[in-house]
Amino acid sequence: MASATLRGLVERLGATVTARVWRLGFAARFLFYLVLHSGTALRRFSLTIREIYFAGVLSLVIILVSGLFVGMVLGLQGYHTLQRYGSSEALGVLVALSLVRELGPVVAGLLFASRAGSAITAEIGLMKATEQIAAMEMMAVDPIARVVAPRFWGGVISMPLLAALFSAMGIYGGYLVGVKLIGVDEGAFWSQMQAAVDVREDVLNGVIKSFVFGFAVSWIAVFEGYDAPPTAEGVSGATTRTVVTSSLAILALDFILTALMFTGGNGL
Amino acid sequence: MNASAVVSIENLWFGYDPARPVLRDVSVEIPRGKVVGIMGQSGCGKTTLLRMIGAAMTPARGLLRVLGADTRALGRDGLYAMRRKLGMLFQFGALFTDMTVYDNVAFPLREHTALPEGMVRDLVLLKLEAVGLRGASQRMPSELSGGMARRVALARAIALDPQLMLYDEPFTGLDPISFGVISRLVRSLNDALGATSIIVTHDVQETLGVVDYVYFMADGQVVWQGTPQAVDGSLEPFVDQFVHGKPDGPVPFHYPGSSFAAELALAAD
Repeated sequence: MASATLRGLVERLGATVTARVWRLGFAARFLFYLVLHSGTALRRFSLTIREIYFAGVLSLVIILVSGLFVGMVLGLQGYHTLQRYGSSEALGVLVALSLVRELGPVVAGLLFASRAGSAITAEIGLMKATEQIAAMEMMAVDPIARVVAPRFWGGVISMPLLAALFSAMGIYGGYLVGVKLIGVDEGAFWSQMQAAVDVREDVLNGVIKSFVFGFAVSWIAVFEGYDAPPTAEGVSGATTRTVVTSSLAILALDFILTALMFTGGNGL
Repeated sequence: MNASAVVSIENLWFGYDPARPVLRDVSVEIPRGKVVGIMGQSGCGKTTLLRMIGAAMTPARGLLRVLGADTRALGRDGLYAMRRKLGMLFQFGALFTDMTVYDNVAFPLREHTALPEGMVRDLVLLKLEAVGLRGASQRMPSELSGGMARRVALARAIALDPQLMLYDEPFTGLDPISFGVISRLVRSLNDALGATSIIVTHDVQETLGVVDYVYFMADGQVVWQGTPQAVDGSLEPFVDQFVHGKPDGPVPFHYPGSSFAAELALAAD
């Protein structure tokens, strides 16, 4: 009896793992096909610009407001910690490096996944449920080229821009709290930041991170939407999966990228 | 096989699960210029057959030729070239909800032709005029009634003057006026475009007034075929049950199960 239960458990585990691996393979093939058929999205760039508006411009409010508050909190927390060591002038460096290297790409990525990723999944999923995708196929228009690819590239392009704006707004928030509210020396705040932040080492690596996150979130969002069962539950499940999977992917990728970028490649 | 047939299906088999085929040994021939109905109750495989004609699915066995091409032998480009000659009306229209009525009808023209916008506009207005909705060209799909949405979808489906029109349950859920409009359009557009039409439906009386020929399907098989005039004289029990809406017959009222008495524990031990 016990061995039968154990066997059932192992079988279920095996089936779950196989299904996950199969789906990952399917997602990879989907991405390959999507990139291969991105000609329309790039040739008729107005299609992609429209998606940049929906994914990027419409996410601006949440990104800017969140960036401002994250920067303000960093200013407060950073000042209290740095003050203990008598180096409160380094507040600018702390705020800028935290944002440009980590918080900008990661928090903007998480917000992007919740705001734009979920919307992309729900839209494609509902288009499928209402047979709009099938209608497009019957009109001899490839829905991956016409619907999916512009949304994917719109997301990939928007994400680094949003992360940059998040960081800029965060630095301004840190400045407001640190310099204007608490009274840290303004010259020290900016000059130390300027001296410590390296364009290639810090800014470029941050941009690469945000690009990778944008790629991952957009891929997950369009795939989940396209693969969603065409029912109300199917679309809601796919939308939830987009947010959960994207968030986990961002955090995991962030660790990997940080290990590669900021440790001199020796893993320490 | 008739060479002039627009669609030829011979001994076709299909099943999502090979153990339970949805279509079993189906043979259907659709002659050029005719409006042909495929009728049967829900789940009999008629929509699957329509999707197969549109090459959205591939048969497991059998022969399927649409507009002279074996759909199984077509690659992606060949398939899309074939579909450009098809028009399909989906059950609920399947209009693009983020576009106006005008842009919906213009969609196939913009995707498949390099016509200047002025000519696209003339063609769109021509198609919308044909379905009586030129005045609604700037409306969004959410502002249309079910019947109007289906007429817009019809205008979109005929935008490229298809050789073959596929209708998936075109009359379902329509009020009598919308039904009258759609059924007249199906007939008049078929004759005006010189096209061929296939209507998959379970609305019997409405369809028999429109079609030239009809196939009845039950349980994945064609059980009867003939002209609408011959339907009343049919001796096929399924046709009799289906056309007259009899609750019991070849399609039983009760879903198969164990004995009712046994279920209630009333059977003698």
